[in-house]
Amino acid sequence: MAQGVDLILVLAMLLNFLVLGSSRLRACIRAVAFQGVLLSILPLLLHQGGLAVHMVALSAGMLTLKGFLFPWLLLRTLRDGSMRAEIEPLIGFTASLLVGAIATVAAFLLSSRLPSLPSLTSSLLVPAAMATLLISLVVLVSRTKALTQVLGYLMLENGIFLFGLTLVQSMPLLVELGVLLDLFAGVFIMGIVIYHISREFDHIDTYHLTILKD
Amino acid sequence: MSAIQLLWSLGLVIGGPPLLLGVIHKTKAILTGRIGAPVLQPYYDLWKLLQKGAVYSRTTSWVFRAGPLVSLAAFLTAALFVPLAAPSTLLSFWGDVVLWAYLVGVARFITVLAALDTGSSFEGMGASREVTFASLAEPALLVALAVIAKVTGSVQLSEMFGPVLGSAWRTAGPALALAAASLFLVLLAENARMPVDDPTTHLELTMIHEVMVLDHGGPDFAFILYGSALKLFLFGVLLVRLLMPVHIGVPWMDLSMLITGLLGLAVVIGVVESSMARLRLIRVPQLLVTSGVLAAVGLLLVWR
Repeated sequence: MAQGVDLILVLAMLLNFLVLGSSRLRACIRAVAFQGVLLSILPLLLHQGGLAVHMVALSAGMLTLKGFLFPWLLLRTLRDGSMRAEIEPLIGFTASLLVGAIATVAAFLLSSRLPSLPSLTSSLLVPAAMATLLISLVVLVSRTKALTQVLGYLMLENGIFLFGLTLVQSMPLLVELGVLLDLFAGVFIMGIVIYHISREFDHIDTYHLTILKD
Repeated sequence: MSAIQLLWSLGLVIGGPPLLLGVIHKTKAILTGRIGAPVLQPYYDLWKLLQKGAVYSRTTSWVFRAGPLVSLAAFLTAALFVPLAAPSTLLSFWGDVVLWAYLVGVARFITVLAALDTGSSFEGMGASREVTFASLAEPALLVALAVIAKVTGSVQLSEMFGPVLGSAWRTAGPALALAAASLFLVLLAENARMPVDDPTTHLELTMIHEVMVLDHGGPDFAFILYGSALKLFLFGVLLVRLLMPVHIGVPWMDLSMLITGLLGLAVVIGVVESSMARLRLIRVPQLLVTSGVLAAVGLLLVWR
């Protein structure tokens, strides 16, 4: 059980690096989707003493939204927006990978300073959550395409979800479902907005928005 | 180690390496729908080259002539430290893993020097690329080895890849898997395999390893070809030992398992080579940094 949780968390951390290092937008979307699917298994593994209904509901909601709906929406936007499926980052790929490695090390150092909860099943949970959070912030600031920023938000939510899992016994279902709903609305609107922006301006590079004048 | 075991190990080290290249080439040929050269073709090539004489440019010095000899000697010495048939090796002392890594480094160093000695700008370019990528591959290799050293609690190759490794897989599986992935990427990069370099074509845009040895001919070139096959063999043995940490205890069974693993690895390399395009030169550092990052995350996992 603990081995399985560790394996999932390590895979999730590696997917962070895949998002940082890949220049293909499609691969990034798939990686984030796969991360969501992996994390949706965790509540079932972490919950001790039988399967609670709200845990199953949370897993199922997470799986459908992050594993199927979001990637489908994003891939559709990518296709219909007829944008270039390559990323041009502000920071180079090698440098982003190094920043990601530093972020992961920092996450491990930070989490070793935190007081550990007795209910933690896996000692990797907090570092993995922090690493995902930090790397999602790197993705948010260093990638200029609007679509990659949506991916950054999704990774950020994955990290928050991992943090939430440390309180898995007492986490209210409503809070997590509310976050998922917000995210759903966010991605949905982003999908439509990006589509319209790209039809209107034939690119979705947010870098150009910084030099807007009235 | 008994005498018969010693003979087996030496025979494998001396006779085995070109066979790996042959299997890789055969796999690539089959996957691309060709019949391909015989599996034993690398041996014929070596034999043909050894029959020839060598031509030396008057601008070169003794460094150029020493290059192939020193690099082959370094690889052969490194082979003595690698655990082949049994956990025990031919040569071994505490901390030999560092010497092993740097024997590979010495071979690279002298090859680079020999390339620079020719005075050809083309070979200088190859040397510069080789050193650039090596400076990224070497940390990855050492960190991956450090993961194994940390897990097994030993810095001796024979113990690191010994029976302890089997039980270590149960306690530190993810970290060892990361180290293995990192080692595989380093193996591809260091041995001029496909995503990094393609030794079968001569395209100056991307060639790295073979550009440095263009001026070598005859027996010298045979030594270089054999040395690079031996290098692939050594990295392969470490990877196979890491991935199949099973020790039956009967020497010939362990040895045949190792040989099976090596042939399997050669097939895997062949499949990777035929399914992947060669990376743009500018993307190669990214691959090597990825390999280093994988190993570093593995080290983090065991060092907490």
